[in-house]
Amino acid sequence: MSIATTVHGEHPAEHYPGGLLRWLTTTNHKDIGTMYLLFSLVMFFVGGLMILLVRAELFQPGLQLMKPEFFNQLIGVHALVMIFAALMPAATGFANWMIPLMIGAPDMALPRLNNWGFWLLPPAATLLTLPFVLALFGVGDGAIATGWTFYAPLSVQGGLGVDFAILAVHILGISSIMGSINIIVTIFNMRAPGMTMMKLPLFAWGWLITAFLLIATLPVLAGAVTMLLTDRHFGTHFFDAAGGGDPILFQHLFWFFGHPEVYILLLPVWGLMPHVLATFSRKPTYGYTAQVYGFIAIGLLSVIVWAHHFFTVGMPVPALIYFMFSTMAISVPLAVLFFCWIATMWKGSMTFETPMLFAVGFIVLFGIAGLTGLVLADVAADAQYHHSYFVVAHFHYALFAGGIMGVMTGVYYWLPKWTGHMYSERLGKLHFWLTVVSFNLTFIPQFFLGLAGMPRRIPDYALQFAEFNAISTVGAFILGISQLLFAWNIWSCVRGGPKAEARAWEGAEGLEWELSSPPPHHSWETQPVVK
Amino acid sequence: MKAHTAADAPHGHYFVPQPSLYPFILSAGVFTLALGFAQLINHFAAGKWFMLAGTAIILYVLFGWFGKVIAESQGGAYRDWEDRSFRYGMIWFIATEVMFFAAFFGALFYVRVISVPELGNMTAAHGTSLWPNFTGDWPTSGPKGPQFTPMGAWGIPAVNTALLLSSGATVTWAHWALLRNNRTHLNLGLAATVLLGSIFLCLQAWEYHHAYTELGLTMGAGAYGATFFMLTGFHGFHVTLGTIMLIVILLRCLKGHFDAERHFAFEGVAWYWHFVDVVWLLLFVFVYWV
Repeated sequence: MSIATTVHGEHPAEHYPGGLLRWLTTTNHKDIGTMYLLFSLVMFFVGGLMILLVRAELFQPGLQLMKPEFFNQLIGVHALVMIFAALMPAATGFANWMIPLMIGAPDMALPRLNNWGFWLLPPAATLLTLPFVLALFGVGDGAIATGWTFYAPLSVQGGLGVDFAILAVHILGISSIMGSINIIVTIFNMRAPGMTMMKLPLFAWGWLITAFLLIATLPVLAGAVTMLLTDRHFGTHFFDAAGGGDPILFQHLFWFFGHPEVYILLLPVWGLMPHVLATFSRKPTYGYTAQVYGFIAIGLLSVIVWAHHFFTVGMPVPALIYFMFSTMAISVPLAVLFFCWIATMWKGSMTFETPMLFAVGFIVLFGIAGLTGLVLADVAADAQYHHSYFVVAHFHYALFAGGIMGVMTGVYYWLPKWTGHMYSERLGKLHFWLTVVSFNLTFIPQFFLGLAGMPRRIPDYALQFAEFNAISTVGAFILGISQLLFAWNIWSCVRGGPKAEARAWEGAEGLEWELSSPPPHHSWETQPVVK
Repeated sequence: MKAHTAADAPHGHYFVPQPSLYPFILSAGVFTLALGFAQLINHFAAGKWFMLAGTAIILYVLFGWFGKVIAESQGGAYRDWEDRSFRYGMIWFIATEVMFFAAFFGALFYVRVISVPELGNMTAAHGTSLWPNFTGDWPTSGPKGPQFTPMGAWGIPAVNTALLLSSGATVTWAHWALLRNNRTHLNLGLAATVLLGSIFLCLQAWEYHHAYTELGLTMGAGAYGATFFMLTGFHGFHVTLGTIMLIVILLRCLKGHFDAERHFAFEGVAWYWHFVDVVWLLLFVFVYWV
């Protein structure tokens, strides 16, 4: 430790621990980003495995493989794992790796806090899934079985899995808040001289709004699950009408967080899309300013629309109308983003490397998510679709096609920068086509199932739903197995492959492409000046 | 929003700390504590030992990590650029705390404005009610809740309001003294703030005792008891944290730390203290008074 040399602007003595200790102690944004991304990849497969068990059970009507109680645990933990342990850490991994490179910063602003943010994740994931293991030893009755939404009174009555999930959510919340504070401070305080806010890369802008949303809403979720905990164990009546409370209060608190959470998952992806589209269209991003204001508008709107998740619960008509129209208003800034994405490609010299394929696939499929979302936002129509498989299909178009395919776009786009190697383009394209086809094979039938009235979260169903469920299960298994290609491609790219240039893609613009691939351990120690 | 900084002249070297094991150990402590708590509330005997171990680990890290930060600060590692990071970080941390309390205030307003009146209005609205004699007036422990006496505003709570408002003034007095290099007034102001905070906590504890033993006001006293204890309890917890932080700052001042230019830790704690103060004013109005 040599503060004195640091103060004098010299390079501090390099004596970093090696092996495992390097990863436990690191304060380097690239190391921490790598850990986030690897953790996310592992949890993506854990969550995927859970849902393949669910799809296997749903292959045929009747109960074949598991008890309904276990089915209920799988669907809820699948969602919690995918949202909190796969998608959010992937986005945070991107932020850690790329924001300092993009804005010309020597590192994240608060490096030790950054490390803590990551190392809170494995304990939280352990708490979430531990009840599965405990149940094997006869302790408790398994993981949380309420679905990821923790609705009272079911969650007030549930077993110890609910307690573990509540504590896991608390720890995940602390992690996300530490990450968000770090990202906000980094963007405000660490930009290279000359990089004004309106020259900030759109990826950083997307993450900035995400971080504000996390700061505004995650503490409310923490408060909500704390009330749940005291209702369960300390005799309070927040969600119990006999004491003057109300189970619907929980829904309001949960979705005050839950709806912005959708944008928390999507804004980092919307931020990276323009980079990819501009690179492979070989022309500048269309409508930079419009996209920035689009992000801000969606961020603001997202915190005032939450009750559209429970239109059918019994609300006064004026409230229904307000939440319907405010929800639909989000489509305006979102349409601006779609327009900018398409206009960026317009008359470009386009090539279709894997990231570009994923980006274009994202636009088409995420468009379906947006349009079906408008249908669900309609109060009158929602009465039929609510809690049906239509909703399941809709949010998987949003969060798989929008979120996870967006993450895959980013992974393929930045892998050469991170590893210094090109991945296999052939495998990447195969992965793309298998993913897109099997994704639609899985979820298009679920729209029809929902329209026909199949409720979600039920392990058994009426005979007329059998064919579509069988197709959906086949699609899900192809989708799941295809992801092994993704993991293999990443693994091979880390191990070796053709050398990547500093500017790995011909049309790529930005400070991150000025640095070698992979960038040096300490990058931008002397900040570049942006003209 | 202060977004002017990056366009300034080049900053020189930013202090990126060396690798540190503290964050990882802290996570291990948090994990142990959470595991212990989950066991405790599910009646496993080992729970309290896990919690004890987790707390010990967390305390070890708090001493070690903050000690290291203080040593770096005294060693001159932080200059304006780093200082700004800490300031922005603290501001947004307090923002998350504001939203945490917003959840409980939201619950309070929801039960007072929506759920309790609706329960009292069932007969008029639907022609029938499970609880026809329930009027829906606040304060209430609900249709099936126990009898209790609500906490009056003009006894201890009013005194506590005066105490916290005065403590906001004394911490500002200390800040002015620091800016003018008047170390005596700085130490006196901080000591007075710590004292006022501690008296507040003692009175709050006495009030809880009174509520439980004489008023029948418990956490189980329906919507009123739940919101009362959740809001005042978390506030009291934050006052406790704030007082501990103020004590640390006082000890540092006594050792001669901080000067008129460089005193982020002092200001961060003062901001936190003012935040706790504002939350109390809202509590006083909406929980105790109206």
